[in-house]
Amino acid sequence: MELLLDSLFNGVAIGSVLLVAALGLAIVFGLMGVINLAHGELMMLGAYTTYVTQLIFKLPILKPFYNSYIIVSIFLAFIVSGVVGILLEKTIIRKLYGSPLETLLATWGVSLILQQFVRSVPLAYGTGLVISLLIGLFLPTMFPSKIKESINFKYFKFSSWIFAALTGVLTGSLISSSVSKLSRASARNVDVTAPSWMRGQVEIIGTAFPKTRLMIIVITLISVIAITLFLNQSAWGMRIRAVTQNRQMSDCLGISTEKVDIITFGIGSGLAGVAGVAVSLLGSVGPNVGGNYIVGCFMVVVLGGVGNLLGTVLASFGIGIMTDLIGAGRLLSIWPDMPLPLSNTINFFATTSMARVMIFALIVIFLQFKPTGLFPQKGRMVEN
Amino acid sequence: MRISRRILAGLATASLAVTATSCGGGGTSGSFDDTVTVGILHSLSGTMAISESTLVDTEKMAIEEINAAGGVTVGGKSYKIEYIVEDGASDWPTFAEKSKKLIDQDGVPVVFGGWTSASRKAMLPVYESKDAFLYYPIQYEAQECSNNIFYTGATPNQQSEPATDFMYKRSPAAGGDFFLVGSDYVFPRTSNTITKAQVKQLGGKVVGEDYLPLGNTEVAPIISKIKKALPEGGIIINTLNGDQNVAFFKQIQDAGITPSSGYYVMNYSIAEEEISTIGPEFLEGHYGAWNYMMSIDTPASKKFAASFKKRWGADRVVADPQESAYNMVYLWKQAVEDAGTFDDNAVREALVGQKFDAPQGPVEVMPNHHLSQTVRIGEINAEGGFTILEETGVVLPQAWNQKHPSSKGFACDWTDPSKGEKYKL
Repeated sequence: MELLLDSLFNGVAIGSVLLVAALGLAIVFGLMGVINLAHGELMMLGAYTTYVTQLIFKLPILKPFYNSYIIVSIFLAFIVSGVVGILLEKTIIRKLYGSPLETLLATWGVSLILQQFVRSVPLAYGTGLVISLLIGLFLPTMFPSKIKESINFKYFKFSSWIFAALTGVLTGSLISSSVSKLSRASARNVDVTAPSWMRGQVEIIGTAFPKTRLMIIVITLISVIAITLFLNQSAWGMRIRAVTQNRQMSDCLGISTEKVDIITFGIGSGLAGVAGVAVSLLGSVGPNVGGNYIVGCFMVVVLGGVGNLLGTVLASFGIGIMTDLIGAGRLLSIWPDMPLPLSNTINFFATTSMARVMIFALIVIFLQFKPTGLFPQKGRMVEN
Repeated sequence: MRISRRILAGLATASLAVTATSCGGGGTSGSFDDTVTVGILHSLSGTMAISESTLVDTEKMAIEEINAAGGVTVGGKSYKIEYIVEDGASDWPTFAEKSKKLIDQDGVPVVFGGWTSASRKAMLPVYESKDAFLYYPIQYEAQECSNNIFYTGATPNQQSEPATDFMYKRSPAAGGDFFLVGSDYVFPRTSNTITKAQVKQLGGKVVGEDYLPLGNTEVAPIISKIKKALPEGGIIINTLNGDQNVAFFKQIQDAGITPSSGYYVMNYSIAEEEISTIGPEFLEGHYGAWNYMMSIDTPASKKFAASFKKRWGADRVVADPQESAYNMVYLWKQAVEDAGTFDDNAVREALVGQKFDAPQGPVEVMPNHHLSQTVRIGEINAEGGFTILEETGVVLPQAWNQKHPSSKGFACDWTDPSKGEKYKL
């Protein structure tokens, strides 16, 4: 019983890291069909946001609230990655809908740019830049519709960008002067330390579980529930689903497909940021952190069936449980007296490297029989 | 096409000239009779840049020190050392390519360079075919002995073997079982083969080993295996690389694998620089083994650390790889002065037997092109340094490890033409 619980928990823990990382991609790739190779770098931005938030919460005025910085950083990471995602959509991806190969190349280029950006720009100014993007993109939409419709709106837009740039520079230099660690560019990996209440273990029914893992599971669950509710219950969710199913028809019915694209991509990117917070709790934060997860993300989405959230959820937990089962040699402890050749085989695959090989092999075999994944999309739209 | 190529070549030479002049070491040029240009080849971009750039800094400092003290004196003439820095870009073929460029185009008498074993393996054929000389400063898995490479880092018997011995006999977990964890590439696998043979000799037991593919940070299955194999605590030998250490230590601490519950980790890749990145709160109470540790309390060691801080900033630290890099520049200078020429073959002969009072203590170049060194075992403390627990006497290097099944009974001696790279003892 204890063994089973331990194994199940480990599987769920590994799976939830995969799931939280893949959730954004399931939306961007699954629903919109955009192959976004910069997804990992949006995660990386989320992880860096956690780091910056942590340092800012060490300042004297925010010190009393230090323990809650991780919660704040989840929201901030969503916003930061979301804003960068929206900018990406507006400037690059919008022009490339329907040409997957070009999107793939362009987003790969973006991923390289983002990696180099965090290496060579001090994080304080990076933060300033994101703040000015945020203001520049959203301030014009806040104006009353009377101004928006006037012919002089472009001047308002222009001046709000100037305001945004000034605020960005100001906050950038403010942060840079108050937190010295953020004032210099560095390619060195940085470290996020979980607040004390999140370190150590909790005991549930006689088994000890690491708190950070539990936290990641909670973050994942909340994200999945929130995104499911949003897609199925809200008006915008319905519009997103409508555009996914039939773009022309939705356009004819008066849905602004342009806005839907922005929102969908923004949410997908924002979720990548949330994933970044989760992975920053496990390892160090560096320019390459996202690249380590991108293959796993695509694997989960493809296995689950493109365009299906439930498939993504099941696929990631499936892979997680399999990883633990094979990688830790669990079958041996469940059935200790198995015949020698079998136990030798299991032992051979019971290393992290070989477990990976085995899992990829199993996925390839599975996709031979079900090329469209666990839950393939049905209906007319599949053909085109 | 032809024109553009010519322009390109012109640009390249121009930029080279700029680097050569702008990188020239300190010291007043007036007091020297001539200059000699050496090559420095490390990664200044890519994943290895973080580690390798510290070596460039150290080598520059050593060259500046030598220049300030009058440069290299060869045949009664004093030479100012200048250097050309090339970027290996964390890409192994680039290391080979840049080596060719330094040897053929710039005609440097010596190249100081490399960090990963992969980069060294890529450069080796270049130096052997051109009969040039590479100085390589990193602790490595050995099982190699080239006539054209001079290795100033530790071999396994100068690092992992004394460390394993300490863990099994004198650490708080003495007599316990071993679990081996490493990144999945040549150094951890070779090092662990040696450790397994040694543990067997000592009468201990290795109850498990696992390798994390490079770039992977999911250590949950490894933690389950450690807990299963060592339920009451024990000894963990860690050869993980770079960032994977951060994931490993964060997650094992959360899973309750800590010194206070009887688990002690011996690390072969964690020096002062890495401790500050990972965070001492995750590492306190675990161990490390190196030839040089910043906390060595000798005037030579303190001077080395102080001059590095003075040259590059008060927040910088020095660690074992940097000390090796520092030593090799001085040893080259001594050998050149003894040989009375910059010629490779004469310098190679003069090099063997060179002694240097290094920051770690006295070192000497052995006939197998490795250094005799002192080994230290340290416990990682809350301040991010090592508390030195043990110090061996001078340990002779084994290019061919005597515990590894494939090299047992072999040695290397380049001073005797009948012995060479690998001969039976």
